[in-house]
Amino acid sequence: MRRWQERGIMGVLNGATLFSVFITLAILWVLGAETTNFFAQDEVTVGEFFGTTQWNPLLGSEKHFGIWSLVCGTFLVAGVALLVAVPLGLITAIYLSEYAHPKVRSILKPALEVLAGIPTVVYGFFALTLLTPALKVFSEGFGSFNALAAGIAVGILILPIITSLSEDALRVVPQSLRDGSSGLGATRFDTSFKVVFPAALSGITSAVILAAARAIGETMIVALAAGSTPKVTADVRDEIQTMTGFMVQMALGDVSNYGVEYYSMYAVAAMLFVLTLCFTLLGTWIRKRYREEYE
Amino acid sequence: MSPREKPALLSDKKLLQERRRPMSQRHRKDMIFRGICRGVSGMSASLLVILLVTILTEGIGTLSTQFLSSSPDPDPLIAGMFPAIMGSVWLLVLTMAIALPLGISAAIVLEEYRPKGSGLRKIHGFVQLNITNLSGVPSVVFGILGLTVFASMFGLFGNEGNPSAEVGVSFVDQFYNEGDFVLEVPVSAASQPEAVPIAGMRVFDPAGKAYELNLVGDDAEWPEDSALAKRSLRSWDVPGRIKDRRWWYFRLPFGRGILAGALTLMLVILPIIIISTQEALRAVPSSLRDASLGLGATQWQTVRRITLPAALPGILTGAIIAMSRAIGEAAPLLMIAGIVFITRAPGNLMDDFTAMPLQIYNWAGRPQKEFHDLAASGIIVLLTALLLFNAVAVFLRQKYSKPLS
Repeated sequence: MRRWQERGIMGVLNGATLFSVFITLAILWVLGAETTNFFAQDEVTVGEFFGTTQWNPLLGSEKHFGIWSLVCGTFLVAGVALLVAVPLGLITAIYLSEYAHPKVRSILKPALEVLAGIPTVVYGFFALTLLTPALKVFSEGFGSFNALAAGIAVGILILPIITSLSEDALRVVPQSLRDGSSGLGATRFDTSFKVVFPAALSGITSAVILAAARAIGETMIVALAAGSTPKVTADVRDEIQTMTGFMVQMALGDVSNYGVEYYSMYAVAAMLFVLTLCFTLLGTWIRKRYREEYE
Repeated sequence: MSPREKPALLSDKKLLQERRRPMSQRHRKDMIFRGICRGVSGMSASLLVILLVTILTEGIGTLSTQFLSSSPDPDPLIAGMFPAIMGSVWLLVLTMAIALPLGISAAIVLEEYRPKGSGLRKIHGFVQLNITNLSGVPSVVFGILGLTVFASMFGLFGNEGNPSAEVGVSFVDQFYNEGDFVLEVPVSAASQPEAVPIAGMRVFDPAGKAYELNLVGDDAEWPEDSALAKRSLRSWDVPGRIKDRRWWYFRLPFGRGILAGALTLMLVILPIIIISTQEALRAVPSSLRDASLGLGATQWQTVRRITLPAALPGILTGAIIAMSRAIGEAAPLLMIAGIVFITRAPGNLMDDFTAMPLQIYNWAGRPQKEFHDLAASGIIVLLTALLLFNAVAVFLRQKYSKPLS
């Protein structure tokens, strides 16, 4: 009797665990099938999708499906975000782990946690109504939608991720290494940058990569602040469109459920999924592969 | 010089100052970096302050009980977010009701039932890697998945306007007669043809009172008597079919309703719940488990009576973090619900809905300043909810975090 009960419970629990695998399979199936449907349409070819840079599926007599303008927009925003978040995040992490007085730490850490908990739509509002007007003061060239404001806001969003993951990596470096370094007369700065930082490098790299994945997939900030004009540009004052931004535009528009435009949403989602998956896998792999092991 | 006397160099402060070596470059670097660190950390903290102050000053003016209790309106002066608040409450309750049992079960399998065989261990590792990857999938992709799987169900069950299965719905054919009275004829199924006016058939007024239909001849005058006009129709009058949904209304496919939204949010927070529950279970000292197993308890008895209760505060904290994520998540809901004009709270699981982050997005995306103020007010409400969640989490952590070993 008890054995049967035990087995029944095991079955239920295993079912719940397998559900997570089903989610992954469902993502692969849905994105794969609908992307195949997309390429089966007459208006588009695989060559056009990966080989051209004009993305214009909704307006105009001729539709263009060149993914690179969306990818470029995505990387532009993510690049700005990383430029903002990596230096700030790493310095804060080193400060928290190597320099800060426990009292400072006990204020700064919760503040960062609060930053991490703020919904992304709030950052989008922040970028649109505060950052963009502020940027316009510096230069006339900024549009009411631009890549820089969105990028900075995404940077603020991923700052706590980089800080907390890197700080974790720094803190697992054993104290004996620091003591050894100080004992040889090194300053805290030398110890941090020549001993602790290299020892934690794999964890820090993986933190940056995971944060980059988050920046690429971020949706609400770019939907509000980056605009909806896909183009290949490196000018951060321009209005651009990211892959996620395009998906939101599609979700808001009244597009029929069967046109090539509708399927293009799945193709973009598949591209986004593959990109973020690569980043996540790479981040996890680096952390495991290059981890320095100490007794 | 007697040994009691201090050397002149140490006693003379001025001399000491003069003879001290200049600070080495390494130490100067250290000092400078310390300064940079303080500056940067202060900046991150002040970012938070700027963000909150901006939103407070913009939003506090329009925040009122009227704002909380009225529905969205094209006129920003009377617009409110009551339907959005109710939508978020529905979503949160449904999402957590589905995600918590699933997530905790999966975490128990992954932590407490570690397999011993090498083949099973590979599967175990694969599932673990899979969950890590799921937590990295952008939420908008989950939105697309939810749209296909839950909202339209691959198109297998017809579409939302013409679902292949529905319960909890009644149909009524509604006539407007020449005297501007409404007459209703109940219909048993959606497939039944439209009602045709026949003299003597039973009709109802909107209040539900039954009448006998009076058919007015094609050439005859419209009756003067209002009691008669109330139950009169011409033979050419055509009804409109009205759908009346009960609170337990259910259909396949789910359509862009609140259940599809909650299931999609469940996909987003499931990895978070699994990972945080795993951490909570891992923190339970294995001596407790070993003692229970050693006393002859089965694996499940150990989990249910020993491990789960010990890990409960950690699990609850994780659940609250997941709730905070769910209440602020906008992208997947946007894929499911879009931006629709909703003026009332959801009444059943399939109802169209809006949620707080969607309403904020809607207002923030408009060009007028008045709507930005409304968005800021909405953000204050949302952040207050988040603050409450976090306060509960901190309280739980403080109250139950006693050492177990």
